[in-house]
Amino acid sequence: MTYLADVGALARKDLLLELRARDTLPAMLLFVVSTLVVFHFVLPADSSDVAATGLLWVALLFTALLGLSRAFAAEREQGVIDGLVLAPSDRSAIWLGKALSVLAFLVLAELIALPAYALFFERVDAALIGGVALADLGIAAVGTLLAAMAAASRARELLLPLLFLPLAIPIVVGGVGASVAGEPARYLGLLGLYDALFAIICWASFEYVVTE
Amino acid sequence: MIHARALEKRYGDKRILRDLDLDVGQHDFLLVTGPNGSGKTTLLRLCAGLAAPTRGELELTTPRGRVGYLAHEPLVYRELTALENLDLYGRLYRVPERRERIGMLLERFGLWDARHAHAGSFSRGMLQRLALCRALLHEPDLLILDEPYSGLDEDGALLLDSELTDRTQDAAFVVATHDPQRIDRFASARLALA
Repeated sequence: MTYLADVGALARKDLLLELRARDTLPAMLLFVVSTLVVFHFVLPADSSDVAATGLLWVALLFTALLGLSRAFAAEREQGVIDGLVLAPSDRSAIWLGKALSVLAFLVLAELIALPAYALFFERVDAALIGGVALADLGIAAVGTLLAAMAAASRARELLLPLLFLPLAIPIVVGGVGASVAGEPARYLGLLGLYDALFAIICWASFEYVVTE
Repeated sequence: MIHARALEKRYGDKRILRDLDLDVGQHDFLLVTGPNGSGKTTLLRLCAGLAAPTRGELELTTPRGRVGYLAHEPLVYRELTALENLDLYGRLYRVPERRERIGMLLERFGLWDARHAHAGSFSRGMLQRLALCRALLHEPDLLILDEPYSGLDEDGALLLDSELTDRTQDAAFVVATHDPQRIDRFASARLALA
């Protein structure tokens, strides 16, 4: 219970910081909507729905990257990570609290992005929503760990995309597959497996990321 | 509390500390001095368990939840109020009777009236007072203070003097400072880094 209370306190703090500073979510919203608008004009009128779905995933992935690049900004700029790391709580609680807040930002961005996609391209079905939801879990889990690694580096702006994009390939494969395949269950299963596997790896390895 | 033998710390090719032996017992007060770049902050981070030595032995017997660490940065969120910052740390550090302890510290360090103000609006001196509240909140057994008088006005410095006087019987200290005269009377051991 103490562990969950720590996670809750850390996630609540991140949401409160965003509510006050408003420097991540508005940027993510603006980015995803403007990207979809650009894609709407770039894609020829007779393009297939499959191409539009692919572009949606590109937009979602880069929007997530934008949010992840700010995930540890407050801890980095104000050195707070040292204070959190010295707390007696399990250090994985820092990862889980941050991953939950990243997940909340992703879901909020998609609440705008998916209706915008439906407006510009095609209707959104249950398989696409399921794929996006499972992809969000994987992005939040892996992205939070990598954002913490990048935050400790001087070349953090370069490092995060270089680390994140290769690891996000299975998410894109699963997400696009679930969105366009006739039988999406196999791809949703792949995303679920990815989420479970990487959540365990990230949970177990976070301690080594935040200590020298 | 802290036992170090032949301690060495490097960052890349740069050697920050070399062949350092150190023993800090339960009620010891180690005063660390040295010019800029001599490795004071690095040594304090090693003592806090925030960094690992490149070579040598370092044994830290204080559990990490019992360490109070004051860094150059105040380690507080600027968008949160003083009260919210201390409440977050109080939860994470399992401070019993958290609200009472926070109220007492804010009162003692003259921040009670500013408790609902965002830390980002604080002056350098107020931030240092808040950082001291944060470091002392869980009544640590080992206090590691990096330039604790930095940014404090005379009133703040006197408050810190009195806090150190009160706490030297209950805790061990490792304090780095450019102004050793101010706290030399507390020191049971001194380390001058070159």
